[in-house]
Amino acid sequence: MKRFAAIMVFLVVVLPAAGGTAHDGYGYPVQGGYEATILGTPEDLKTAPPGRVAGKRLILNVIPGLRKPDVFFYDEGLRCTLARQDKKAPLVFLIAGTGGDDRSRKSIALLKAFYKEGFHVISLPSPTHPNFIISASRSHVPGEPAEDAADLYRVMEAAWDEVKGDIEVSEFHLCGFSLGGTHAAFVARLDEQRRRFNFRRVLMINPAVNLYDSVSRIEGLLERIPGGPRRIGAYFNRMMAKFTEFYRKGDFVEINDQFLYTVFKSGLFSREESGALIGLSFRISLAGMIFSSDVMINGGYVVPKNRVLTARDSLRDYLLVSIHLSFLDYFDEYFYPYFRNKRPDLTRDELIGTLGLRSIEGYLRASPKIGVVTNRDDFILAPGEIDYLASLFGNRARIYPRGGHLGNLEYRDNMAALIGFFKQQDRGGLTP
Amino acid sequence: MKIRPFTRAILALLAAAFIMGCAGARAVTLPPEEPAMHSVEEFSDDERVAGIDDPWEEFNRGMYRFNYYLDKHVLLPVVSGYEFVAPVVVQKGVSNFFGNIGEVRTFYNSILQLKGKKSLTVFGRFVVNTTVGIGGLFDPASSMGLKRQGEDFGQTLGHWGAGSGPYLVLPVLGPSTVRSASGFGADAGVRFALVNAVDPFENIGHGNVLLAGITALEGIDMRHREKFRYYDSGYPFEYEMVRFLYYKMGELNVMK
Repeated sequence: MKRFAAIMVFLVVVLPAAGGTAHDGYGYPVQGGYEATILGTPEDLKTAPPGRVAGKRLILNVIPGLRKPDVFFYDEGLRCTLARQDKKAPLVFLIAGTGGDDRSRKSIALLKAFYKEGFHVISLPSPTHPNFIISASRSHVPGEPAEDAADLYRVMEAAWDEVKGDIEVSEFHLCGFSLGGTHAAFVARLDEQRRRFNFRRVLMINPAVNLYDSVSRIEGLLERIPGGPRRIGAYFNRMMAKFTEFYRKGDFVEINDQFLYTVFKSGLFSREESGALIGLSFRISLAGMIFSSDVMINGGYVVPKNRVLTARDSLRDYLLVSIHLSFLDYFDEYFYPYFRNKRPDLTRDELIGTLGLRSIEGYLRASPKIGVVTNRDDFILAPGEIDYLASLFGNRARIYPRGGHLGNLEYRDNMAALIGFFKQQDRGGLTP
Repeated sequence: MKIRPFTRAILALLAAAFIMGCAGARAVTLPPEEPAMHSVEEFSDDERVAGIDDPWEEFNRGMYRFNYYLDKHVLLPVVSGYEFVAPVVVQKGVSNFFGNIGEVRTFYNSILQLKGKKSLTVFGRFVVNTTVGIGGLFDPASSMGLKRQGEDFGQTLGHWGAGSGPYLVLPVLGPSTVRSASGFGADAGVRFALVNAVDPFENIGHGNVLLAGITALEGIDMRHREKFRYYDSGYPFEYEMVRFLYYKMGELNVMK
C-alpha cells in the first residue's frame, strides 16, 4: 500500500509539474483537450483567492405575475450573486456557460478573481439553467442567442435596480464563458441600442462560434461509446463501476480534486471515454433544460401534455427519457417547431444561422471593445473556427496553445491576462 | 415552565412546515392528458441510469420537501445566527470537540469490523486530541499525520453483509437508507448508555439542562458543517441525483 501511495504522489505532484516544461513557453501543464477540460488547473498554479468576499444573493422577480407549477415550488425567483466593493469601482456582469448557475465553479472562480482586483461583480446564471428557464425566460424556450440576450438584459437591469442604491459604480463591463461568451456578444450588441450600461469592455472566454455546431461536436463525443448514444445508461454505469473499483483499491480517504487527478493520470479512462464523460455531463445538463422548458410551456415533449406534476411525483422516468435525447432531437422536434410556429417561413438553416457569431460579425469586427480568449484544442470549435475568430478579432483575440474547453481558465497567467483586459484604459488588444 | 411558549412556537412552525411540505394542491380542471412525444418505453433497451430502489418515494419526496422548509424557517436561521455570533476559532473548536467525541463511535465500530490499523489510528487521534488538543478543542492529530476516519454502525452492518435496504429520507437528518438509519439508532443507544455510565455532570445541578444544551449545540454544529442545501442546485432531477450519490457514497464507505 505504501508503494502505491508513493506512486500516487509521483503521479499527482511530479507529473503535472514536469508537463510544465513544454517548449512553447506556456506554463499550463495539462496536455489533451478532454483531460484539461475535466481536470482544470492544478491548485498550485492558480491565483491565490481573496479572503472574505463581501456580497449577497439576489433573488429577482423578473417576470411579474408569473405562475410556476408546483413541481418547481422551490424556485422563488432568479438567483444572481453580487460581490461588492466598499468604494466606487467598475462592475462586471458575468454570464455562466451551458447549464451553469450564478455559483457554478467557473463563475465563482471568475467572481473571486475580479473581486480581488477591485471590481464589483454580478454573476448571472446561463439562460440554459433551469432557474433561468423557469423564472427569467419570456418564452421558457432557451437557445436562440438574440432572445436569450434580451432576457439577460432584462435580468441585468433588474439586478442593477436592486443594488444601485448600495454600491457606487464607475463603469460597466461584460464577461461570459462558453455559451455565456456567445451570449455576451449578443448582449453587447443589444446594449448599443438600449444604452443602459454602455459596456466599456466585453470579453468572451472560450465561446461557441455557432451554438448548433458546438453542441453537435459535444454530442459527437458520445458517438464513440459502445452501442452509441442510445446506450448512454450502460456507459454511465460502466464508468461508475470503474471509478468505484479504482477508489476501492487505492488509499483514498475522500473523493476530491486530488482523487480526480489521480484517476486521470492513471489512464483509467481511455481518450474516447474521457471525451464521452464530457458528452455525458452535457446530457445531464441538457436533460434538466429540456424537462424544465417542457413543463413550463406544457409542450408535451417528455411530459404528457396537460399533466400537472407536484413536488411528490416521481420524476425518474422523465430523467431517463430526457437523458436519452440529444441536442439534435431537441432541435428538430422541439426547438425548430417552436420557432416555425411563430414564423412559418423560417427554414431550418436560417434558424441555425441565427445561433452564432457570424450573424453579427459586422458588429463584432467593428467594435473595438470586444475581445475573445480561447484555446487551440478547444473541441467545441469546428476546424477553421479558430482562424475565423483570429481574423474577426485581430489583436483582440488571444489563442492559447492548449487548455481544452475552459481547462486553463484559472491558470494564473490566463487570469492575469483577462483581468488586464478589463483594466486597460485604452481600447488595446489582448496580445501582450 | 418558561420555555413552554418557545417550544410551542417551534412545534407550530414544524407543523406548518410539514403541512406546507405535504400540501400538493392539484390544479382544478385541465383538458385531458395527451401522451408525450417520447416515453420511457422507447429506451427500454438501455440500462437504467442511477436506478436506486426507492419504494417509499412519495413519502421520501414529502420528507425532502419538509426538510427544505425546516432548513429555511428554523435550522438555517439558527445556524447563521451561530455563525454570526461565534468567532471562527470558536466554531472550529466546537466542531473539533464534537468530532473528538465521535471518535468513540468510530473506534468501537472499527473494532467490530476487525480493522486493526484503523482502530489504532482512531485511538491515537482520540488520545492526542483529548490531551494535547485540550479536551478535543484542537486537532493536533491531523497535523501529525493521523487522518480523520469515519465509521458508524450502519457501515459495520454493511461490512458484515447486511444490504443497505431501501432509500429513506429522514426528517432533519436527510438522505439515508434503512441500514444506515438503524445504525444511527444503535450508535445513539450506545452513546446514551455511555453518557449515563460516565455521568459527566454528576455533581452539577441541572445536569439534564446542560446536556440538552450540549446536544442542541451539537445539532447546530452538524448543520453548520454540512454544506448541502435542499433544492439549491435548481436542477429538476436533484432528488434523483442526491439519491444516487448518497447511495454510491454509502457503498464506497462500506468498502473502506
